[in-house]
Amino acid sequence: MENFKIDVDADGIALITFDVPRRSMNTLTSGVMKEIPEWVERVKTDDAIKGAVLTSGKASGFCAGADLGDMASGMLGGSDLQAAYDAGWRLNGALRALETCGKPIAAAINGLALGGGLELTLACHYRVTENDNKIQLGLPEIKVGLFPGGGGTQRLTRLIGVQAAMMAMSEGKSFRPNDAKSAGIVHDVVEKGQSVEAAKAWVKGGGKAVQPWDEKSFKLPGGGPYHPAGIQNFLVGNAMIRKQSWGNYPAVTNLMKAVYEGVQVPMDAALRIETRYFIKTLMTPQAQGMIRSLFLSKQELDKGAVRPADQPKSDPKKVAVLGAGMMGAGIAYVQAMAGIETILIDRDQAAADKGKAHVEELLKKRLSRGQLTQEKFDALLGSITATTDYDLIKGSDLVIEAVFENRELKAEVTRRAEAMLEPGAVFGSNTSTLPITGLAEASARPEDFIGIHFFSPVDKMMLVEIIRGERTGPAALAKALDYVMKIRKTPIVVEDGRGFYTSRCFATYVAEGLAMLEEGYAPALIDNIGRMTGMPRGPLEMHDDVALDLSLKVAKQTQADLGDAYQPLPGSEIVRKMVEDLGRYGRKNGKGFYDYDQKPKKLWSGLGDLAPVTIDDSTPELVEDQKRRLLYRQAIEVARCWEEGVIDDPREADVGAILAWGFAPWTGGPITMIDQIGVAKFVEQADAYAAKYGERFTPPQLLRNMAAKSETFYGNFAGQKQAA
Amino acid sequence: MADAYIFDAVRTPRGKGKKDGSLHEITALSLASQVLEALRERNELDTSKVDDVILGCVAPIGEQGADIARTAVLNAGWSQQTAGVQINRFCASGLEAVNMAAAKVKAGEADFAVGGGVESMSRVPMGSDGGAWPVDPSSAFPTYFVPQGVSADMIATKWGFSRDDVDAYSVESHKRAARSWEEGRFKNSVVPVKNQLGLVQLDRDETVRPNTDMQTLGGLNPSFAMMGEMAFDAVINQRYPEVERVNHVHTPGNSSGIVDGAAGVLIGTLEAGKALGLKPRARIKGAASIGSEPSIMLTGPEFVANKLLGKLGMAKSDIDLWELNEAFAAVVLRFMQALDIPHDQINVCGGAIAMGHPLGATGAMITGVVLDELERSNKETALITLCIGGGMGTATVIERV
Repeated sequence: MENFKIDVDADGIALITFDVPRRSMNTLTSGVMKEIPEWVERVKTDDAIKGAVLTSGKASGFCAGADLGDMASGMLGGSDLQAAYDAGWRLNGALRALETCGKPIAAAINGLALGGGLELTLACHYRVTENDNKIQLGLPEIKVGLFPGGGGTQRLTRLIGVQAAMMAMSEGKSFRPNDAKSAGIVHDVVEKGQSVEAAKAWVKGGGKAVQPWDEKSFKLPGGGPYHPAGIQNFLVGNAMIRKQSWGNYPAVTNLMKAVYEGVQVPMDAALRIETRYFIKTLMTPQAQGMIRSLFLSKQELDKGAVRPADQPKSDPKKVAVLGAGMMGAGIAYVQAMAGIETILIDRDQAAADKGKAHVEELLKKRLSRGQLTQEKFDALLGSITATTDYDLIKGSDLVIEAVFENRELKAEVTRRAEAMLEPGAVFGSNTSTLPITGLAEASARPEDFIGIHFFSPVDKMMLVEIIRGERTGPAALAKALDYVMKIRKTPIVVEDGRGFYTSRCFATYVAEGLAMLEEGYAPALIDNIGRMTGMPRGPLEMHDDVALDLSLKVAKQTQADLGDAYQPLPGSEIVRKMVEDLGRYGRKNGKGFYDYDQKPKKLWSGLGDLAPVTIDDSTPELVEDQKRRLLYRQAIEVARCWEEGVIDDPREADVGAILAWGFAPWTGGPITMIDQIGVAKFVEQADAYAAKYGERFTPPQLLRNMAAKSETFYGNFAGQKQAA
Repeated sequence: MADAYIFDAVRTPRGKGKKDGSLHEITALSLASQVLEALRERNELDTSKVDDVILGCVAPIGEQGADIARTAVLNAGWSQQTAGVQINRFCASGLEAVNMAAAKVKAGEADFAVGGGVESMSRVPMGSDGGAWPVDPSSAFPTYFVPQGVSADMIATKWGFSRDDVDAYSVESHKRAARSWEEGRFKNSVVPVKNQLGLVQLDRDETVRPNTDMQTLGGLNPSFAMMGEMAFDAVINQRYPEVERVNHVHTPGNSSGIVDGAAGVLIGTLEAGKALGLKPRARIKGAASIGSEPSIMLTGPEFVANKLLGKLGMAKSDIDLWELNEAFAAVVLRFMQALDIPHDQINVCGGAIAMGHPLGATGAMITGVVLDELERSNKETALITLCIGGGMGTATVIERV
């Protein structure tokens, strides 16, 4: 065995140390899965062994779970269902053998145990972990479109009841050691470094080698589905998962099915049921897309997959932020958290101080939750200097400009800041719409000028869109990426253009909602269909959030820029009337498509006069068609961006879409969606929409060419990577 | 094929379906048996001529379990030759039992059959029989299951019935029920329930409140707001996204009451009746059941009524009286709106909002109510229907002979 080491002590207790070679973290590789039955067999049959303690040999944690890369490809090698089931059963079979081996086995959980890692310990007869807030215990599989498939759905429910287990698994939430103990997931929490001793003591003290659920007297905590109390968990649970998933995530429904069916039968049958639903889930396009985009691709981007490899690694230590509004303050906060010294500059001291006060609020939240010590809090806040003095910029590795979207203002602060910068330091503009090449004209050194587009609220939004201007150099790009990675955000790199990638594509969603309004769809229907696509909010309420006056301003600017070529978007006249005639600006003045003077907000009753409703009844078919319409509209814009060279890496397109504007995560992103539908079918449907709704749905030539050659985006990309 | 005729219809009064209700101390078996005894006594019935007793029962567990129809036949001292079967079509079970009895008679399988039902909701609570639909995610999820009250509130929201509309309907139901009792419209068909000593335990419907008004009703809290907000509003809203938000209008005051009771309808061929000297009161002209969208669940009556009228080649104008179970006020208001039925032709004697809805028995009860009313007002034809859990509708057309 290369992944486990066995040392039998004088008391006959085998210490099994889990330590996958050449990896920084233990995962359930296929090698590991093969070796578990080997040591279980040894524990079972070796008379010298009285019991065992399983622990990790890694400082990084106990086990981070399954190897998703392995799993996505390995388990579904072909279309043979029985083979897929057999592969899925390997872990469950091994863990069942573990818990029925007849000798007591305790888990000394000396580091984080997630997913399959926690499931491995759940199959042990006793679990003890350590009092260390870095340790997390949880089953987060749902976040990548899966659910626990190593017995977790069955053992956790039998340990802590259906309600608590469903909450833990359907949200993928982790537990800290003491919370895990009060929830009943572990038996004990001991001081750091003491878990192995405690686990051995349990074995020595006559620890029982039978799981509670294998006892005749076992009763499911809280009751099963047809128990008078237990029934509520299912009645309400079924509704909750629809409320939360909008029916877009088969993983959470299959999770519920595995729990419902599993708790009604003995453990062996329960595990077979779990494996069947697990394989069923793994085969869904949603799981395939989510594993790739939300886990594998995101991880690759986080590690700098798109960074120019020939540029030396940089480490920004001091960064100045121009503009201390919500954005600038948010950026200062994430910089402080990453240990970057920050100069926060605004026009007057009061504005700069206000920005810093916002950072203080965010830090206080962490302090009150015990995530920061007072000492650390003071240090982090102290690393931010709020000032009006541009001289303090001196010595910065990078400047982020986050002032108002006004070319003259941006040009002025660019010149003033650049004057303070050493050669090689980078100037980044956090503009969300103004083309970088144009802004760079104010710069004396456009090769060091780049777009670094954050999303609001900065502390929560994971993505940063880096925009390369025409003259941006590779060194600036590498440094910007190093910066983004240092503040632990996910970077994507796009080329310059109106709205770049994210703002441009997001705008189509909002605009299409307006088109539906003009076509006579009831406003409630529009926003509910929007939510049902898996987007975080409906297009009308999104429009209110963005602000109607802003959207009108952008439309007018675009009209001025394009002149005769400008074509007004459907429904734009409704927005003009709302803003100019009725003073309805959106959420910011409490009056938009909705009235915000009461909670919950209510659709504005006057909307029907501006946009008479002719479609106020729905069928599932209509809803499906309009959901597709909203998603297609965005995906077509993504494909146009690709054709124009704004974006050229499917990972960036997909991860960027999900993290920046909340593009339906269940799809795995717009490019994955097109690939999974099939380019030819997508083109055909888009053409049908174009005939019905207008040219904005006409698919770009790129897609027609790909369809003709039966290509896919990811297929082509894999080919390029191989060629490179 | 033979025609099926109604010879008699009896029912117990309805007792409040709680621990302090008058019928709580009377078993479900006793309720069912007393109905069978009354049918035998009133008609001097040779029960050996009755082929089958079909009883609806929606929570057939505990004392209502294991085919309560057969147990009641034996307990009532009927001929042991009479078979018994318990059926469940949720709220329409009692009417479905009548329709099945009629079908057996028409098909020649039975000369006489009883269709009826029993439910002691105070003793065997609603829902206590479990059932996969709302519990198993495989069925609950794709059908957008929500509790009926939320469905009823969605009906009110989608078709524009306000809290005042449903409360006003309820006031009228109580008024009509009280008047019917006062005028003795029910006296021929309600058989008092006797207790263990043979003394009268209850002889009137127990939940009618003749003096209820808009103000009293308006003070009641919506029954389904809390569970709706917890999760179920979101579920049905995903099925009906044209609605911005469910308006919770139904309260205990404008929904059917939870009660205990039983009923039975004696059905047979003309010849069989003649042989026993029984006079037919009405002919069962036809019956139908349908399925409808399960999440909103309670819109079935519109569709089943249309289907049945079409099948019988009848027009709406051929129906003199409509009887639709008052499960929730909005169910009736929507039915009236969809079929354009004036209020003075439907539920003219009041309904379940005033008198209660003993789930398994109601369909048979309202068959008797409307038959009495046809006779009293000298009208010919009535259509009886009920909305049903799971999204169904059952209807029957009867005409006097």
